Amino acid sequence: MHPITTFHYLALSAALLLIGTVGVLTRRNVVIILMSIELILNAVNINLIAFSHALHNVNGQIFAIFVITDAVAEAAVGLGILIALFRNKETVQADEMDLLKW
Amino acid sequence: MLTDINAIVFYVFAVLVLGGGILTITQRNAVHSAISLIVSLLGVAGLYLLQQAEFLFAVQIVLYVGGIMLLFLFVIMLVNLDLAAHQRQFNKHWLVGLAAVAAVGAQVGYFMYRGKDAFHIAEGGTGLPPGLGNTEVLADSLFSEYLLPFEIASLLLLVAIVGSVVMAKKRI
Repeated sequence: MHPITTFHYLALSAALLLIGTVGVLTRRNVVIILMSIELILNAVNINLIAFSHALHNVNGQIFAIFVITDAVAEAAVGLGILIALFRNKETVQADEMDLLKW
Repeated sequence: MLTDINAIVFYVFAVLVLGGGILTITQRNAVHSAISLIVSLLGVAGLYLLQQAEFLFAVQIVLYVGGIMLLFLFVIMLVNLDLAAHQRQFNKHWLVGLAAVAAVGAQVGYFMYRGKDAFHIAEGGTGLPPGLGNTEVLADSLFSEYLLPFEIASLLLLVAIVGSVVMAKKRI
C-alpha cells in the first residue's frame, strides 16, 4: 500500500470543495446551502493542516483556527438572517426570495 | 506496517468525509442532512488527528459538532421545513451549476496531475518537532506572533453576536 502523502490530502480537499460547491449552486433550501458552505470551509482547513504537517510549520494550524472562527460567525449571522427571512416570507427556498426581481 | 495502518485509517476517514458530504447535499430532509454533515465533520476531525493537530481535533469536535451543528439543528426546528421537504429540492439551473463545477473539477484535476512534479508539492512530513505539545506550540505562536489577528477575531465574534441577536429579534 502506498504511503499517504500531502497529495492525497490535497485531492481529498479538492473533492470536498467541489461537493460543497455543488451544494451551494444546486440546492434550493437555504439551510442546506449554509451547510454546504461549512463543507467548503472544512475543505480549506484540510488543505491548511496538510501543508502545516508537511512543512513542520504551525502557521497553517493558526490559519485554520481563524477559518473556524469565521465559520462560526458566518453560521450565527446566516442562521439569524434565515430566521428573520422565514418570519417575513414563510419560505426557506432560495429561489423564492426574489423581492428585488420584478 | 505503520504506514499501512496510517493509509487504512486515512481511507476510512476519507470515505466518512466524502460520503457524509455527498449525503449532506442530496438528502431531502434537512435533519438528515445535518446528521450527514456531522459524520463528515467527524471525519475531518479524524484527519486532523492523523496529522498530529490535536488541538484542532478538539476544536473541531467541540466547536463544529458541538456548537455549529447544534445551532443548525435548533434553527431547523425553529423553521418549518415540512413544506420544503415536499417541494423540488434542486433549483432550475442545477444542470448549469453541475457543468460549471465539473469544468472547475477537471481543471483542478489536470493541474494536480501535472503539478505533482512541476510544483514540488511538499511530501508528507512528520509533523512538528517532538518535545513540545501541539497545543503549547500553537498557543506560543497565537499569543505572540498572531496577537493582533487574535484580538480582531474577538471583535468579529462580538459583531457576529450582535448581528445574530438583532436578526433574530421579533421585529427588525
